[in-house]
Amino acid sequence: MALIEFKNVSHQDILSHISGEFKTNKITALVGPSGAGKSTTLKHINGLLSPDSGEIYFKDKNQKNYDVISLRRGIGMAFQSSPMIEGTVYDNLKLPRDLFNEELPREEALKLLSDVDLDESFLDHKVKKLSGGERSRVALARTLVNKPEVLLLDEITASLDYRLSREIERLIVRLRDQHNLTIVWVTHNLEQAKRVSDDIWFLSDGQLIESGEVALLNNPKTERLREFLRSDDN
Amino acid sequence: MSITSLLLSLVFVIIPLILTAYLKLGLTKDILIATIRSIIQLIAVGYILTFVFEGDNAIYIVLMILLMIGAASQNIVKKGKGIPHITWIIILALVVVEAFSMTMLIVFNIIPFTPQYVIPISGMIIGNTMVLSLLFLNKFKSEISQNDEVIELILSFGGTPEDAIKTSLKSAIKTSMIPTIEAQKTMGLVQLPGMMSGLIIGGGDPLEAVMYQLLILFLILNTAAVASVLVGYLSYRNLFNERMQFMGIREDVK
Repeated sequence: MALIEFKNVSHQDILSHISGEFKTNKITALVGPSGAGKSTTLKHINGLLSPDSGEIYFKDKNQKNYDVISLRRGIGMAFQSSPMIEGTVYDNLKLPRDLFNEELPREEALKLLSDVDLDESFLDHKVKKLSGGERSRVALARTLVNKPEVLLLDEITASLDYRLSREIERLIVRLRDQHNLTIVWVTHNLEQAKRVSDDIWFLSDGQLIESGEVALLNNPKTERLREFLRSDDN
Repeated sequence: MSITSLLLSLVFVIIPLILTAYLKLGLTKDILIATIRSIIQLIAVGYILTFVFEGDNAIYIVLMILLMIGAASQNIVKKGKGIPHITWIIILALVVVEAFSMTMLIVFNIIPFTPQYVIPISGMIIGNTMVLSLLFLNKFKSEISQNDEVIELILSFGGTPEDAIKTSLKSAIKTSMIPTIEAQKTMGLVQLPGMMSGLIIGGGDPLEAVMYQLLILFLILNTAAVASVLVGYLSYRNLFNERMQFMGIREDVK
Protein backbone atom coordinates (compact mmCIF):
# COMPACT_ATOMS: atom_id res chain seq x y z
CA MET A 1 0.00 0.00 0.00
CA ALA A 2 1.30 3.48 -0.89
CA LEU A 3 1.91 5.74 2.10
CA ILE A 4 3.34 8.61 0.05
CA GLU A 5 2.49 9.32 -3.54
CA PHE A 6 4.00 11.86 -5.96
CA LYS A 7 1.72 12.94 -8.82
CA ASN A 8 3.43 14.79 -11.65
CA VAL A 9 5.70 16.76 -9.28
CA SER A 10 8.01 19.42 -10.74
CA HIS A 11 10.31 21.78 -8.85
CA GLN A 12 12.21 24.60 -10.57
CA ASP A 13 14.53 22.99 -13.08
CA ILE A 14 15.53 20.27 -10.60
CA LEU A 15 12.53 17.88 -10.68
CA SER A 16 10.45 17.24 -13.76
CA HIS A 17 7.05 15.50 -13.71
CA ILE A 18 7.84 12.93 -11.02
CA SER A 19 5.11 10.35 -10.40
CA GLY A 20 5.60 7.39 -8.11
CA GLU A 21 4.92 5.96 -4.68
CA PHE A 22 6.61 4.93 -1.43
CA LYS A 23 5.04 1.86 0.16
CA THR A 24 4.17 1.42 3.84
CA ASN A 25 6.86 -0.30 5.94
CA LYS A 26 9.22 -0.60 2.97
CA ILE A 27 12.68 0.83 2.48
CA THR A 28 12.91 2.68 -0.82
CA ALA A 29 16.36 3.74 -2.01
CA LEU A 30 16.66 6.84 -4.19
CA VAL A 31 19.62 6.27 -6.49
CA GLY A 32 21.08 8.17 -9.38
CA PRO A 33 24.02 10.35 -10.37
CA SER A 34 24.93 13.60 -8.57
CA GLY A 35 22.49 16.39 -9.36
CA ALA A 36 19.72 13.93 -10.26
CA GLY A 37 17.32 15.51 -7.72
CA LYS A 38 17.45 12.83 -5.01
CA SER A 39 17.79 15.17 -1.99
CA THR A 40 15.28 17.60 -3.49
CA THR A 41 12.78 14.72 -3.79
CA LEU A 42 13.41 13.81 -0.15
CA LYS A 43 12.80 17.37 1.07
CA HIS A 44 9.44 17.42 -0.72
CA ILE A 45 8.20 14.53 1.43
CA ASN A 46 8.33 16.47 4.72
CA GLY A 47 7.52 19.84 3.20
CA LEU A 48 10.98 21.40 3.45
CA LEU A 49 10.32 22.13 -0.23
CA SER A 50 7.06 22.37 -2.16
CA PRO A 51 6.34 21.42 -5.76
CA ASP A 52 5.89 24.23 -8.30
CA SER A 53 3.33 21.95 -9.96
CA GLY A 54 1.90 18.53 -9.24
CA GLU A 55 0.78 17.08 -5.92
CA ILE A 56 2.07 14.93 -3.10
CA TYR A 57 -0.28 12.68 -1.13
CA PHE A 58 0.50 11.47 2.38
CA LYS A 59 -1.86 8.77 3.65
CA ASP A 60 -4.25 9.53 0.78
CA LYS A 61 -4.53 13.19 1.82
CA ASN A 62 -3.04 16.02 -0.21
CA GLN A 63 0.06 17.27 1.60
CA LYS A 64 -1.14 20.87 1.08
CA ASN A 65 -4.02 20.14 3.47
CA TYR A 66 -1.72 19.17 6.34
CA ASP A 67 -0.54 21.64 8.93
CA VAL A 68 3.14 21.91 8.04
CA ILE A 69 4.31 21.56 11.66
CA SER A 70 2.34 18.37 12.38
CA LEU A 71 3.39 16.94 9.00
CA ARG A 72 7.07 17.46 9.83
CA ARG A 73 6.69 16.09 13.36
CA GLY A 74 5.37 12.84 11.88
CA ILE A 75 8.32 12.44 9.50
CA GLY A 76 11.87 12.06 10.85
CA MET A 77 14.84 13.19 8.79
CA ALA A 78 18.57 12.48 9.12
CA PHE A 79 21.07 14.56 7.16
CA GLN A 80 24.38 13.69 5.53
CA SER A 81 26.64 15.40 8.09
CA SER A 82 24.45 14.49 11.12
CA PRO A 83 24.25 18.15 12.22
CA MET A 84 24.13 18.66 15.99
CA ILE A 85 23.42 21.58 18.26
CA GLU A 86 26.14 22.40 20.79
CA GLY A 87 25.99 20.51 24.07
CA THR A 88 25.48 16.90 25.09
CA VAL A 89 23.84 13.91 23.43
CA TYR A 90 20.88 14.44 25.78
CA ASP A 91 20.56 18.10 24.64
CA ASN A 92 20.34 16.84 21.07
CA LEU A 93 17.87 14.07 21.82
CA LYS A 94 15.59 16.52 23.64
CA LEU A 95 15.74 19.08 20.82
CA PRO A 96 12.59 17.88 18.99
CA ARG A 97 10.64 18.09 22.28
CA ASP A 98 12.26 21.33 23.55
CA LEU A 99 10.93 23.10 20.46
CA PHE A 100 7.41 22.48 21.79
CA ASN A 101 8.23 22.94 25.50
CA GLU A 102 7.70 19.22 26.01
CA GLU A 103 9.86 17.00 28.17
CA LEU A 104 11.95 14.02 27.13
CA PRO A 105 12.48 12.01 30.34
CA ARG A 106 16.00 10.58 30.74
CA GLU A 107 14.58 7.03 30.80
CA GLU A 108 13.02 7.58 27.38
CA ALA A 109 16.28 9.06 26.08
CA LEU A 110 18.20 6.03 27.39
CA LYS A 111 15.76 3.69 25.64
CA LEU A 112 16.39 5.56 22.37
CA LEU A 113 20.15 5.21 22.87
CA SER A 114 19.79 1.49 23.43
CA ASP A 115 17.67 1.28 20.23
CA VAL A 116 20.70 2.53 18.31
CA ASP A 117 23.16 0.33 20.24
CA LEU A 118 24.75 3.07 22.35
CA ASP A 119 25.16 2.48 26.08
CA GLU A 120 23.72 4.86 28.65
CA SER A 121 27.04 6.56 29.42
CA PHE A 122 26.71 8.36 26.07
CA LEU A 123 23.75 10.43 27.25
CA ASP A 124 25.93 13.06 28.91
CA HIS A 125 28.77 12.98 26.36
CA LYS A 126 29.55 16.21 24.55
CA VAL A 127 28.55 15.78 20.90
CA LYS A 128 31.79 17.30 19.63
CA LYS A 129 33.65 14.33 21.14
CA LEU A 130 31.58 11.70 19.27
CA SER A 131 33.08 9.64 16.45
CA GLY A 132 31.45 9.61 12.99
CA GLY A 133 29.61 6.35 13.66
CA GLU A 134 28.39 7.48 17.10
CA ARG A 135 27.18 10.75 15.62
CA SER A 136 25.15 8.89 12.99
CA ARG A 137 23.57 6.73 15.69
CA VAL A 138 22.67 9.76 17.84
CA ALA A 139 21.20 11.47 14.75
CA LEU A 140 19.09 8.36 14.07
CA ALA A 141 17.94 8.13 17.70
CA ARG A 142 16.95 11.81 17.54
CA THR A 143 14.75 11.22 14.47
CA LEU A 144 12.78 8.66 16.52
CA VAL A 145 11.93 11.08 19.38
CA ASN A 146 8.71 12.26 17.73
CA LYS A 147 7.71 8.62 17.00
CA PRO A 148 7.54 9.18 13.23
CA GLU A 149 5.86 6.92 10.69
CA VAL A 150 8.37 7.86 8.01
CA LEU A 151 12.14 8.22 8.11
CA LEU A 152 14.02 10.22 5.48
CA LEU A 153 17.74 9.48 5.24
CA ASP A 154 20.01 11.67 3.14
CA GLU A 155 23.35 9.96 2.40
CA ILE A 156 23.80 9.20 6.10
CA THR A 157 26.65 6.74 5.63
CA ALA A 158 28.54 8.76 3.01
CA SER A 159 31.32 9.76 5.40
CA LEU A 160 31.61 6.38 7.16
CA ASP A 161 33.94 3.50 6.34
CA TYR A 162 32.60 0.19 5.00
CA ARG A 163 32.36 -1.57 8.37
CA LEU A 164 30.50 1.31 10.05
CA SER A 165 28.23 1.71 7.02
CA ARG A 166 27.25 -1.97 7.27
CA GLU A 167 26.50 -1.58 10.98
CA ILE A 168 24.27 1.44 10.32
CA GLU A 169 22.51 -0.44 7.48
CA ARG A 170 21.67 -3.36 9.79
CA LEU A 171 20.56 -0.92 12.48
CA ILE A 172 18.18 0.86 10.12
CA VAL A 173 16.59 -2.38 8.90
CA ARG A 174 16.07 -3.35 12.54
CA LEU A 175 14.60 0.07 13.42
CA ARG A 176 12.20 -0.24 10.48
CA ASP A 177 10.93 -3.54 11.89
CA GLN A 178 10.82 -2.36 15.53
CA HIS A 179 9.08 0.95 14.86
CA ASN A 180 7.03 0.03 11.74
CA LEU A 181 8.77 2.71 9.73
CA THR A 182 8.49 3.59 6.07
CA ILE A 183 11.97 4.65 4.99
CA VAL A 184 13.15 6.70 2.02
CA TRP A 185 16.92 6.51 1.74
CA VAL A 186 19.04 8.63 -0.58
CA THR A 187 22.27 6.84 -1.38
CA HIS A 188 24.87 7.09 -4.10
CA ASN A 189 26.04 3.58 -3.20
CA LEU A 190 24.33 0.98 -5.42
CA GLU A 191 25.60 -1.98 -3.41
CA GLN A 192 24.10 -0.44 -0.29
CA ALA A 193 20.79 0.10 -2.10
CA LYS A 194 20.78 -3.57 -3.13
CA ARG A 195 21.52 -4.72 0.41
CA VAL A 196 18.97 -2.67 2.34
CA SER A 197 16.10 -1.64 0.13
CA ASP A 198 12.86 -3.31 -0.91
CA ASP A 199 12.17 -0.77 -3.65
CA ILE A 200 14.22 1.51 -5.89
CA TRP A 201 13.66 4.89 -7.52
CA PHE A 202 16.27 5.65 -10.17
CA LEU A 203 16.45 9.38 -10.85
CA SER A 204 18.47 11.12 -13.52
CA ASP A 205 18.38 14.79 -14.63
CA GLY A 206 15.37 15.41 -12.39
CA GLN A 207 13.30 12.63 -13.93
CA LEU A 208 12.17 9.36 -12.42
CA ILE A 209 13.52 6.97 -15.03
CA GLU A 210 12.64 3.65 -13.40
CA SER A 211 11.02 2.53 -10.16
CA GLY A 212 9.96 -0.78 -8.68
CA GLU A 213 11.29 -3.62 -6.62
CA VAL A 214 15.02 -3.75 -5.98
CA ALA A 215 15.37 -6.65 -8.42
CA LEU A 216 15.04 -4.16 -11.26
CA LEU A 217 18.70 -3.31 -10.72
CA ASN A 218 19.50 -6.77 -12.04
CA ASN A 219 17.20 -6.36 -14.99
CA PRO A 220 17.12 -2.68 -16.04
CA LYS A 221 14.56 -1.74 -18.68
CA THR A 222 16.09 1.57 -19.78
CA GLU A 223 19.41 2.39 -21.36
CA ARG A 224 19.98 5.20 -18.82
CA LEU A 225 19.83 2.83 -15.86
CA ARG A 226 22.03 0.32 -17.71
CA GLU A 227 24.51 3.10 -18.37
CA PHE A 228 24.39 4.22 -14.70
CA LEU A 229 24.97 0.66 -13.49
CA ARG A 230 27.99 0.41 -15.77
CA SER A 231 29.43 3.82 -14.89
CA ASP A 232 32.11 4.51 -12.30
CA ASP A 233 29.84 7.20 -10.90
CA ASN A 234 28.24 4.78 -8.46
CA MET B 1 44.83 76.74 11.56
CA SER B 2 46.06 78.61 8.47
CA ILE B 3 46.06 77.36 4.86
CA THR B 4 49.87 77.35 4.94
CA SER B 5 49.90 75.09 8.02
CA LEU B 6 47.44 72.75 6.33
CA LEU B 7 49.59 72.58 3.19
CA LEU B 8 52.64 71.87 5.33
CA SER B 9 50.75 68.98 6.95
CA LEU B 10 50.84 67.26 3.54
CA VAL B 11 54.35 66.18 4.52
CA PHE B 12 52.59 63.46 6.52
CA VAL B 13 51.20 62.11 3.25
CA ILE B 14 54.54 62.28 1.42
CA ILE B 15 56.25 59.96 3.92
CA PRO B 16 53.85 57.03 3.41
CA LEU B 17 54.07 57.62 -0.37
CA ILE B 18 57.87 57.32 -0.24
CA LEU B 19 57.68 54.25 1.99
CA THR B 20 55.11 52.47 -0.22
CA ALA B 21 57.19 53.23 -3.35
CA TYR B 22 60.42 52.06 -1.70
CA LEU B 23 58.87 48.83 -0.39
CA LYS B 24 56.87 48.33 -3.63
CA LEU B 25 53.61 47.89 -1.67
CA GLY B 26 51.53 48.97 -4.66
CA LEU B 27 49.50 51.41 -2.55
CA THR B 28 50.64 54.69 -4.18
CA LYS B 29 47.46 55.10 -6.24
CA ASP B 30 45.21 54.29 -3.28
CA ILE B 31 46.98 56.77 -1.00
CA LEU B 32 46.73 59.53 -3.62
CA ILE B 33 43.03 58.81 -4.26
CA ALA B 34 42.29 58.65 -0.52
CA THR B 35 44.09 61.95 0.11
CA ILE B 36 42.40 63.78 -2.77
CA ARG B 37 38.96 62.37 -1.90
CA SER B 38 39.27 63.30 1.75
CA ILE B 39 40.32 66.87 0.84
CA ILE B 40 37.43 67.33 -1.61
CA GLN B 41 34.80 65.61 0.59
CA LEU B 42 35.74 67.42 3.79
CA ILE B 43 36.00 70.85 2.14
CA ALA B 44 32.59 70.28 0.53
CA VAL B 45 31.14 69.23 3.91
CA GLY B 46 32.78 72.29 5.49
CA TYR B 47 30.98 74.61 3.05
CA ILE B 48 27.69 72.72 3.43
CA LEU B 49 27.93 72.89 7.24
CA THR B 50 28.72 76.61 7.13
CA PHE B 51 25.64 77.13 4.95
CA VAL B 52 23.45 75.00 7.25
CA PHE B 53 24.76 76.64 10.43
CA GLU B 54 24.26 80.14 9.07
CA GLY B 55 20.84 79.27 7.65
CA ASP B 56 19.76 77.84 11.05
CA ASN B 57 16.72 76.23 9.45
CA ALA B 58 15.23 72.91 10.66
CA ILE B 59 14.69 71.77 7.05
CA TYR B 60 18.42 71.99 6.34
CA ILE B 61 19.14 69.87 9.41
CA VAL B 62 16.66 67.20 8.29
CA LEU B 63 18.07 67.25 4.75
CA MET B 64 21.60 66.78 6.11
CA ILE B 65 20.46 63.80 8.21
CA LEU B 66 18.64 62.26 5.21
CA LEU B 67 21.81 62.67 3.15
CA MET B 68 23.82 60.84 5.80
CA ILE B 69 21.22 58.03 6.02
CA GLY B 70 21.24 57.70 2.21
CA ALA B 71 25.03 57.45 2.03
CA ALA B 72 25.22 54.99 4.95
CA SER B 73 22.48 52.73 3.60
CA GLN B 74 24.18 52.62 0.16
CA ASN B 75 27.27 51.29 1.88
CA ILE B 76 25.49 48.67 4.00
CA VAL B 77 23.17 47.32 1.31
CA LYS B 78 26.15 45.99 -0.67
CA LYS B 79 27.08 43.78 2.29
CA GLY B 80 23.49 42.55 2.72
CA LYS B 81 23.15 41.38 -0.87
CA GLY B 82 21.20 38.12 -0.99
CA ILE B 83 18.80 39.01 1.85
CA PRO B 84 15.43 40.05 0.39
CA HIS B 85 14.25 43.65 1.15
CA ILE B 86 17.58 44.45 2.84
CA THR B 87 17.56 48.04 1.45
CA TRP B 88 14.32 48.92 3.26
CA ILE B 89 15.36 47.09 6.42
CA ILE B 90 18.60 49.10 6.60
CA ILE B 91 16.88 52.44 5.91
CA LEU B 92 14.27 51.62 8.59
CA ALA B 93 16.97 50.68 11.12
CA LEU B 94 18.92 53.89 10.45
CA VAL B 95 15.78 56.05 10.70
CA VAL B 96 14.57 54.35 13.92
CA VAL B 97 17.95 54.57 15.67
CA GLU B 98 18.50 58.21 14.65
CA ALA B 99 14.92 59.32 15.41
CA PHE B 100 14.86 57.58 18.81
CA SER B 101 18.28 58.94 19.87
CA MET B 102 17.57 62.52 18.76
CA THR B 103 14.09 62.55 20.30
CA MET B 104 15.50 61.46 23.67
CA LEU B 105 18.34 64.01 23.52
CA ILE B 106 16.11 66.91 22.60
CA VAL B 107 13.04 66.05 24.73
CA PHE B 108 15.21 65.68 27.84
CA ASN B 109 17.01 68.89 26.88
CA ILE B 110 20.40 67.18 26.85
CA ILE B 111 21.32 69.05 23.65
CA PRO B 112 19.61 71.98 21.94
CA PHE B 113 18.01 71.51 18.51
CA THR B 114 20.68 73.49 16.67
CA PRO B 115 22.76 72.31 13.70
CA GLN B 116 26.03 72.61 15.69
CA TYR B 117 24.83 69.82 18.01
CA VAL B 118 22.36 67.80 15.95
CA ILE B 119 24.49 67.27 12.83
CA PRO B 120 27.77 66.04 14.38
CA ILE B 121 25.95 63.80 16.88
CA SER B 122 23.70 62.41 14.12
CA GLY B 123 26.83 61.71 12.08
CA MET B 124 28.25 59.68 14.95
CA ILE B 125 24.98 57.77 15.46
CA ILE B 126 24.47 57.01 11.77
CA GLY B 127 28.15 56.19 11.19
CA ASN B 128 28.17 53.82 14.13
CA THR B 129 24.92 52.17 13.01
CA MET B 130 26.54 51.68 9.59
CA VAL B 131 29.64 49.96 11.01
CA LEU B 132 27.51 47.82 13.33
CA SER B 133 25.18 46.76 10.53
CA LEU B 134 28.14 45.85 8.30
CA LEU B 135 29.64 43.71 11.07
CA PHE B 136 26.27 42.10 11.78
CA LEU B 137 25.48 41.25 8.14
CA ASN B 138 28.96 39.84 7.55
CA LYS B 139 28.68 37.49 10.51
CA PHE B 140 24.99 36.64 9.93
CA LYS B 141 25.61 35.55 6.33
CA SER B 142 28.60 33.41 7.26
CA GLU B 143 26.66 31.83 10.17
CA ILE B 144 23.79 30.96 7.84
CA SER B 145 25.98 29.37 5.22
CA GLN B 146 27.84 27.34 7.86
CA ASN B 147 24.68 26.21 9.65
CA ASP B 148 22.22 25.60 6.81
CA GLU B 149 21.87 21.90 7.75
CA VAL B 150 21.11 22.77 11.41
CA ILE B 151 18.50 25.27 10.20
CA GLU B 152 16.81 22.61 8.05
CA LEU B 153 17.16 20.03 10.84
CA ILE B 154 15.19 22.22 13.26
CA LEU B 155 12.56 22.93 10.61
CA SER B 156 12.32 19.18 9.97
CA PHE B 157 11.37 18.65 13.64
CA GLY B 158 8.51 21.12 13.22
CA GLY B 159 10.42 24.12 14.59
CA THR B 160 9.55 27.63 13.41
CA PRO B 161 11.92 29.83 11.35
CA GLU B 162 12.73 31.70 14.59
CA ASP B 163 13.65 28.43 16.34
CA ALA B 164 15.77 27.43 13.35
CA ILE B 165 17.76 30.65 13.04
CA LYS B 166 17.93 31.71 16.70
CA THR B 167 21.50 30.47 17.32
CA SER B 168 22.93 32.07 14.16
CA LEU B 169 21.07 35.30 14.85
CA LYS B 170 22.23 35.57 18.45
CA SER B 171 25.82 34.81 17.50
CA ALA B 172 25.79 37.52 14.80
CA ILE B 173 24.21 40.11 17.15
CA LYS B 174 26.78 39.31 19.84
CA THR B 175 29.71 39.50 17.40
CA SER B 176 28.62 42.89 16.12
CA MET B 177 28.20 44.33 19.66
CA ILE B 178 31.44 43.08 21.19
CA PRO B 179 33.81 45.66 19.58
CA THR B 180 31.69 48.55 20.91
CA ILE B 181 31.64 47.10 24.43
CA GLU B 182 35.37 46.29 24.36
CA ALA B 183 36.25 49.78 23.06
CA GLN B 184 34.29 51.34 25.94
CA LYS B 185 36.24 49.34 28.51
CA THR B 186 39.57 50.94 27.51
CA MET B 187 38.16 54.37 26.69
CA GLY B 188 40.39 57.15 28.01
CA LEU B 189 43.20 54.74 28.96
CA VAL B 190 44.72 54.11 25.54
CA GLN B 191 43.44 57.04 23.53
CA LEU B 192 41.21 60.03 23.98
CA PRO B 193 38.07 59.60 21.91
CA GLY B 194 37.63 61.78 18.82
CA MET B 195 34.88 64.08 20.03
CA MET B 196 36.56 64.76 23.35
CA SER B 197 39.91 65.45 21.65
CA GLY B 198 38.17 67.85 19.26
CA LEU B 199 36.55 69.80 22.07
CA ILE B 200 39.81 70.01 24.04
CA ILE B 201 41.81 71.13 20.98
CA GLY B 202 39.08 73.69 20.30
CA GLY B 203 39.74 75.17 23.73
CA GLY B 204 36.85 73.56 25.60
CA ASP B 205 36.83 72.61 29.26
CA PRO B 206 38.14 68.99 29.56
CA LEU B 207 35.44 68.03 32.10
CA GLU B 208 32.68 69.30 29.86
CA ALA B 209 34.34 67.43 26.96
CA VAL B 210 34.26 64.26 29.09
CA MET B 211 30.54 64.70 29.75
CA TYR B 212 29.78 65.05 26.04
CA GLN B 213 31.98 62.05 25.29
CA LEU B 214 30.12 59.95 27.86
CA LEU B 215 26.85 60.97 26.26
CA ILE B 216 28.17 59.78 22.90
CA LEU B 217 29.42 56.50 24.39
CA PHE B 218 26.02 55.72 25.89
CA LEU B 219 24.31 56.64 22.63
CA ILE B 220 26.66 54.39 20.69
CA LEU B 221 26.05 51.48 23.07
CA ASN B 222 22.31 51.89 22.55
CA THR B 223 22.87 52.14 18.79
CA ALA B 224 24.89 48.93 18.80
CA ALA B 225 22.15 46.97 20.54
CA VAL B 226 19.15 48.46 18.74
CA ALA B 227 20.66 48.46 15.24
CA SER B 228 21.85 44.85 15.21
CA VAL B 229 18.70 43.49 16.87
CA LEU B 230 16.50 45.46 14.50
CA VAL B 231 18.39 44.49 11.33
CA GLY B 232 18.60 40.87 12.54
CA TYR B 233 14.98 40.34 13.48
CA LEU B 234 13.67 42.16 10.40
CA SER B 235 15.92 40.33 7.94
CA TYR B 236 15.73 36.70 9.11
CA ARG B 237 12.02 36.42 8.29
CA ASN B 238 12.77 37.11 4.63
CA LEU B 239 14.98 34.01 4.45
CA PHE B 240 11.89 31.79 4.88
CA ASN B 241 8.61 31.58 2.98
CA GLU B 242 5.07 31.24 4.32
CA ARG B 243 5.36 27.39 4.27
CA MET B 244 8.26 27.72 6.75
CA GLN B 245 10.75 26.65 4.11
CA PHE B 246 14.34 27.94 4.24
CA MET B 247 15.20 29.86 1.09
CA GLY B 248 18.79 30.67 2.12
CA ILE B 249 20.91 33.58 0.93
CA ARG B 250 20.20 34.19 -2.74
CA GLU B 251 22.87 36.41 -4.26
CA ASP B 252 20.50 37.38 -7.12
CA VAL B 253 18.11 39.04 -4.64
CA LYS B 254 18.38 42.72 -3.55
